Amino acid sequence: MQKSLLIDPDKCTSCLQCEMACSFEHEGSFNPARSRIKIFEFEHGKRSVPYTCTQCAEAWCLHACPVEALVRNPDTGAVEVRDEVCVGCKVCTIACPFGTVNYNPDTGKVVKCDLCGGDPECAKACPTDAIVYVDSAWTGFDRMKQWARQTDTRPMAGA
Amino acid sequence: MSYVVVGAGPAGVIAAETLSRMGHGGAITLISGEAEPPYSRMAIPYLLAEDIGEEGTHLRHADGHYEGMGIDVRRERVAAVDSAGGTLRFEGGGSMGYDKLLLATGATPVRPPIPGMDLDKVMSCWTLEDARGIVAGAKPGDDVVLMGAGFIGCIVLEALVARKVNLTVIEMADRMVARMMDKTGGDMIAAWCESRGVTVHVSTGVVGVSENGDGALTLDLDGKAPVRADLVVCATGVASNTGFLEGSGVDTGVGVIVDEHMETSAPGVYAAGDVAAGFDFMTGGHDVHAIQPTASEHGRVAALNMGGRPTAYRGSLAMNTLNTLGLISTSYGLWDGVEGGDEAVSVDRGRSRYLRLSFRDDVLVGCLALGLTQHVGVVRGLIQTRAPLGGWKDALMDDPHRIMSAYLACAQDASRRAA
Repeated sequence: MQKSLLIDPDKCTSCLQCEMACSFEHEGSFNPARSRIKIFEFEHGKRSVPYTCTQCAEAWCLHACPVEALVRNPDTGAVEVRDEVCVGCKVCTIACPFGTVNYNPDTGKVVKCDLCGGDPECAKACPTDAIVYVDSAWTGFDRMKQWARQTDTRPMAGA
Repeated sequence: MSYVVVGAGPAGVIAAETLSRMGHGGAITLISGEAEPPYSRMAIPYLLAEDIGEEGTHLRHADGHYEGMGIDVRRERVAAVDSAGGTLRFEGGGSMGYDKLLLATGATPVRPPIPGMDLDKVMSCWTLEDARGIVAGAKPGDDVVLMGAGFIGCIVLEALVARKVNLTVIEMADRMVARMMDKTGGDMIAAWCESRGVTVHVSTGVVGVSENGDGALTLDLDGKAPVRADLVVCATGVASNTGFLEGSGVDTGVGVIVDEHMETSAPGVYAAGDVAAGFDFMTGGHDVHAIQPTASEHGRVAALNMGGRPTAYRGSLAMNTLNTLGLISTSYGLWDGVEGGDEAVSVDRGRSRYLRLSFRDDVLVGCLALGLTQHVGVVRGLIQTRAPLGGWKDALMDDPHRIMSAYLACAQDASRRAA
């Protein structure tokens, strides 16, 4: 059963534990600037929104990659970056209409959420259940609502 | 049913794979004009910079990938198409029939009509074979002249600097990357390059190239002192490969004209990628958008239509991103603004940071950026959804760097309205 991240901004307190956990998992240091999940604050901090890749079905990033450096993990459903193949052309970063693939100038590669291979650290670190990792099927309705938020901004119909 | 795809770049490969996945069981032939496995020209600069080997440029890496998908890859060059008869003729003799044909023949570099452009040491940087020639010819310390500072020239620029050559860039336009950057941004890129040891001449024409007697070349410039070169890399532009379509019954202009289903004027013949003049999302007119995302989308949509699943394409959005010696530049859509529209601009020359947003009413229609690497894709999201920004437009006019917040706020508002 595939699982997905379910994010409820109303529960987010902007504690940044998710960013710390993500950067430690992927970069080996507590550096929110290098996190794959980011908290955005609105209304002077009254409202906080955790934001990361939804592993969307369209996978704009994957289709735009010229060297097959982005592949979907069949177990988790996550689109993952193969660092050894990525040339750092950044086409995926401009092709993803959700802005969830970023270029890391230090490594010359792109980075994105990979669901930590099926055990996402952000969800484990979140103290308020603003980020949970749940069966996709169980949360079908909620997930559809979440995706509506995303697919409402889907740039190309059909195809 | 026999499907024939001419051209083994990204558009052709993705189309052949899409046809295979549709599972019709028809014969799928992918015709490649080069003696290489299908590869990505976009990856060539990284090969020149020795970041990757040749296999790193290949579009697909798994052994037996094409055979496994039932795709027959043939090495041929197509000389002519007879769309009425449904046949192709090959340059080397022979022919084959098709039921559905995709033209994904890409583009070829063009050189300016000046003396000396046929000399051996004047090279293009377009194919893997070209890359091998540049690797062999550009040694550390060599004087190398790059003619043309367009997008491809600037990608090559990065790779040439990595090869530690003494580099001079000569560009006819008044700025670098003139088709993806305004004067402000182009000048900032030039200043960045010059501060890193590259000589940049803009608004400068090359009058002619000649052998100077000691084995090197001399470039005579319009109004400037001549320049010595061990090697000249010419990146002065490309043109869609449409020549073989003369008399084919397929209408061509700047590229092969296609409708919203990627079909040409000849029924059953489709076009995709750099050869196709498809719909431009912003203008509604036809244009060639010679970029990877467009090639990928064209290839997929063309194949769906060829395979009998009618799929309309809403048009491609011009977008580019470039790394010039570590300075990342990005452009989207109508980045030079629209009549009666507004512009939000933030310039920091000291840090080489630039952001220019172009609006029509309260809708984002274009963007230029230098130094933007985080969440840049939301610009595409905002442009292609034509999301009304409402009050966020004023916020962006004050500070265009709040683009990500504006995106999230507008996307969330849209979802609340839908709930």
